[in-house]
Parts: sequence; structure tokens; C-alpha cells
Amino acid sequence: MPGLAGRMSTVVKAKISRMLDRAEDPGETLDYGYQKQTELLQNVKKGIADVVTSKKRLQMQTQKLEQQVVKLDTQARQALAQGREDLARTALERKTLAQTEMQSLDTQIKELEAQQEQLTANEQRLRQKIEQFRTKKEVIKAQYSAAEAQVRISEAANGVGEEMADLGLAMQRAEDKTETMRARASAVEELEKAGAFDDITALGSGGDDIDRQLSELTSGAQVDDELAQMKAELGSGGGDAPALEQGEDKA
Amino acid sequence: MIVRISGEGQFKLPDQDADRLNELDNRAVSAVEQGDETGFRELWSQMLEIVASDGNAVDGDELVESDVILPPRDITFEEACGEFTGDGLIPD
Repeated sequence: MPGLAGRMSTVVKAKISRMLDRAEDPGETLDYGYQKQTELLQNVKKGIADVVTSKKRLQMQTQKLEQQVVKLDTQARQALAQGREDLARTALERKTLAQTEMQSLDTQIKELEAQQEQLTANEQRLRQKIEQFRTKKEVIKAQYSAAEAQVRISEAANGVGEEMADLGLAMQRAEDKTETMRARASAVEELEKAGAFDDITALGSGGDDIDRQLSELTSGAQVDDELAQMKAELGSGGGDAPALEQGEDKA
Repeated sequence: MIVRISGEGQFKLPDQDADRLNELDNRAVSAVEQGDETGFRELWSQMLEIVASDGNAVDGDELVESDVILPPRDITFEEACGEFTGDGLIPD
């Protein structure tokens, strides 16, 4: 079959036949093949562990951001109640940014979960094939002449080899995705370090460099809407204004 | 015939599906060449549909080679571009 399928099969087959060519003695070929297979299985485990680590890191970041969102929302309300619309706006800008980052992290966590599931299923499939190969290899070694063995080895090795190559591909894709997400996680950390999600009690007089950048980053419309909504809820900002607290979530 | 969906394992399909898959594959190649992502997506889901409706999963302890290897289900259009015109997803 030409096209995609043909090209991929050809590459896989070339890899396997190179592996088979390396050893001259069929018994040796079998043992070498088996050794390579178990090695790959170890790599798969490492690959899965990598995905899990990345996922945990993103989950921790999400939790942190979640806390900041609650904190900033509370502060915005308090600021508004005190008639400090400027501070409320700053808090809401930060909240919006934190929410945007949270959403993107959530999407990535889901993607990593799918990766993890797929790799785990792949690993189980390969493990089963390798086990089958091990049984077959002993039978071939015991029962067949060198010439006959060669044919049967090719069959068995091609079957496992294809599974191995496929898993290699799945791992490569998982790695690429994990890499992208690591970069994303680092970017969020940079923002965090720069103070982009700090609560406003940590702020000086306001209008500092971060805030100027924040105003550019966040959607003004969303902040305006939320501000208007908060004002409405507070009944045009009158009444007893609670003092601006250290970001405790007083619902 | 044996068809593998990359990342999902092997499926046994009736031999007459080869022609249908082959035709879709050829059309997918030209869709990719024309940068037609929508067209490619449509053809690609038709190919997957054939495997889903006609295929039976190959037993886990069977060591058989595939006649056809399809790329991962969630292939991106960028990946498809490399796959359908270049050297394939698995680097040599």
C-alpha cells in the first residue's frame, strides 16, 4: 500500500531487519532481541514516570493559582467597598491573568492524563508480546535447525519489533508534549516570580512595572465587566467598608 | 489483513477493506498536499471508522506483522504534513 501506511511499515521493517542482521547465530539473535525488548520496557517505565512528574507539577501550580484567585477576588471586593477602585482593578487584573493560566494548565493536565493512560496501555501490550516472544524463543532454540529457525525468528521478531517501534513512537510523542508543558510550567513560574499573581497587600503604591504589564496582558473588557458587577453587588460602594485584610477569604 | 492504529494496537479486517483504505489514503495525501486540513480530517475519520466498524482486535499474545500501519488517532495536521509527504513519523 503506497502513501502513509507503506512508508511507516517500510521504516519499521528496515529497523527490524537491521537488528536481525547484527547477530549471526539464531540463538544469539533471539537472546539479543529479547534483551533489547526488556530494555525498552524499562525505558517505557521511565517515560511514564516523566509524564506523571510533569502532571504533578502542573497540578501543584494550579492549586497555587486557585488560592490566589480566591484571595484576589476577596481583596477586590474589599478595595471596592473602601472606594479604592484603582486597587480593585489591579486585583481583578491579576485574578483574570491567574484564571487564564489556570485554564491553560487544566487543559494540559488533561492531555498529560491521556498520554499517561495511552502509554500504560501500550506498555501492557508490549509486555505481553515480549512474554510471548520469550516463550517462542526457547521453543525455536530447542526445536529448529539454524535455517528453519531463521524464518521463525523473523516472524516473531517482526511481530514484537513492530510493537516496539510503535511504542517508541508513542513515547517520542509523549516526550514532545511533556517538553512543551514543561516550558509552559516554567513560564507560569516566571510570572509568579515576577509577582504577577501577588495579592495587592504585597503591593507598594500601585501602578508599578508589573501592573503596567498586567494591564497589557489581561483583557480590559473582562476586568471592566467584573468591576461593574462587583459594584452592583456592593450597592454602589456605600455602607460599612471592611478594612483591607491580608487576603483571607471571608465569604 | 492486519491494520495497526499507532498507539492502539492491531486489528484484523476483511481483505476487501484494503482497497477502500487505499483510496482514502491516496485522497488524504492529496488533501495534505493542498493544505486542506478540513478535507484531511474528514478522510482520516473515515479511515478510522472503517477500522472501528470492520476490525476485531488482534489477540495480545499473537506475534503478527501489520499490513498497514496508520498514524496515531490524534495526529495533528502538522504531523500529517510530515507523515504524508516526508520520511515518516519514525525517524530512520
